[in-house]
Amino acid sequence: MNSLTVYLVAALLLFCIGLFGLLQRRSLIGMLISIELMLNAAGINFLAFNRFLAPDPAVGQILVLFVMGIAAAEAAIALSLILALFRRLRSINIEQARDLRG
Amino acid sequence: MTPLMAHYIRPEVIAYACFGLVLLLVFAGALIAVIPRNIIYNVFGLATSLIGVAGLFIFLGSEFLALMEVLIYVGAIAIAIVFAIMLSQPMHLQIPPRWRPKVIFSLAVSAVVFVSFGVLVAHTDWQAAAVRGGGWRVRRLGELLLTRYELAFELISLVLLVAIIGAVITAAALSRSQAGREEEGA
Repeated sequence: MNSLTVYLVAALLLFCIGLFGLLQRRSLIGMLISIELMLNAAGINFLAFNRFLAPDPAVGQILVLFVMGIAAAEAAIALSLILALFRRLRSINIEQARDLRG
Repeated sequence: MTPLMAHYIRPEVIAYACFGLVLLLVFAGALIAVIPRNIIYNVFGLATSLIGVAGLFIFLGSEFLALMEVLIYVGAIAIAIVFAIMLSQPMHLQIPPRWRPKVIFSLAVSAVVFVSFGVLVAHTDWQAAAVRGGGWRVRRLGELLLTRYELAFELISLVLLVAIIGAVITAAALSRSQAGREEEGA
């Protein structure tokens, strides 16, 4: 509970679960959920290094805040793209979205 | 209280039990977020997992970030995903069954990533910084955000503004003009 390795391995496992989901899902929303899991694993890593190694414990928290802000922007854009794609294709399966024709 | 109970209710035992509970939340939630084919289950698994991550943040000493995690991820992003599911109604669509080789390859790739990064983590000798100062308080976070990291802070707010405007344009205006064009064509 009080060693860096525990947190690093936990974050790594979370990242790998997210990677597995990202590769294996075909629903766009499912892939977005997996990406959120991977971003959170990165956040855990930032805070773990911040807690055990960093010279100034405020900097890691600020970095995690920035990651959260970017993740919120990314989720908003991705969800609106998914909605636009659904209106066009009547599906959110990525295997349906295979042509680039305008 | 019997001596046996006092032996088990020591603070560190409770702390370890809470840590195990938090890890269980994180990983059970992550598995629910990835494996079931019903997308609503996935969203609730994501919310569970993120609440667990907030618990990990508390164990890492940052209550403020745990609060932000629950507010931003569970409160905003998970709810936004639920709204997108409601608006795009993927529930009634027929989903073809999973293609088994794809699942196996995905498992293999994530296993390779896990093993390689795990070896990296295990074999690295992490050195803590010599001088540790500053502090964990929220007041110091605010001071740093408005002095040393002010440019990044302002840039992120600009990115968020542009993202929200872009999301509105993509979701509403663009697809409405396309729907109008399709009706004219039909």
